[in-house]
Amino acid sequence: MNKISSHLDFYGQALRLRSRRNEVLASNIANAATPNFKARDLDFDTEIRRQIKQGPLQTTDQQHFPTNVAPGSEKMMYRDPINPSLDGNTVEMGVEQMEFSENVMRYQTTLQFLNGRITGLMSAIRGE
Amino acid sequence: MAEIRNIFDVAGRSMAAQMVRLNTVASNLANAGAVSGNKENAFRALKPVFETKFADALKRTGLSTVDAVDVKETTREPERVYMPSHPDSDLEGYVFRAAVDENEEMVEMLEASRQYQNNIEVVSTMRSLMMRTINMGK
Repeated sequence: MNKISSHLDFYGQALRLRSRRNEVLASNIANAATPNFKARDLDFDTEIRRQIKQGPLQTTDQQHFPTNVAPGSEKMMYRDPINPSLDGNTVEMGVEQMEFSENVMRYQTTLQFLNGRITGLMSAIRGE
Repeated sequence: MAEIRNIFDVAGRSMAAQMVRLNTVASNLANAGAVSGNKENAFRALKPVFETKFADALKRTGLSTVDAVDVKETTREPERVYMPSHPDSDLEGYVFRAAVDENEEMVEMLEASRQYQNNIEVVSTMRSLMMRTINMGK
């Protein structure tokens, strides 16, 4: 069990982080017209590195699931706007849309890798 | 207000806010050019007030959306026009035309509908991602 979960763990974590980032970017897009809203984002590279380094959380009972990091510990940062608008809003539609589509693409890529690993395991189990 | 739990709450409420904005644009355009016999009764353009709503679990989820918390009248003054033949004109022959800038309203309408579309785009993308994730390993 442990071997299998560690085989898939990295992609699972990456997927979780990508989906968190999607939600943050969606919040930015939702607030595109709100005065004084500051667009936020998280740096995927730093976060994934930090979460891998931290390793699994300590478990105190046999029935606990070993998870790698407490959810929501990502460090959010404010976006540095290229053309700040007069109403204090730092959401730039073009920037957010590009970041969002890139993140979606990377989410799908990670999912594809994860699927590949699962398929590999399945064929090993079936002995094909 | 209900708690913001997921992407559907975020986009849904943002779309509702943009809808309020589109409604005010429609009201303003409908009243553009309307005249009134006195300054107080003349129509003044309506504008929604947008406010960010953060999720209660913001630290954990990073979610925030937007609500149209109020609709206010603009401070622009109605234009005083000389129209002595108008039945509503005052003693000096003037009427007051609604304080609406049609060009501004058209720009507002385009921007609101673009942002509405953006929200729909986000939801449909996220939905297809979720479907793919559900079908993982098949």
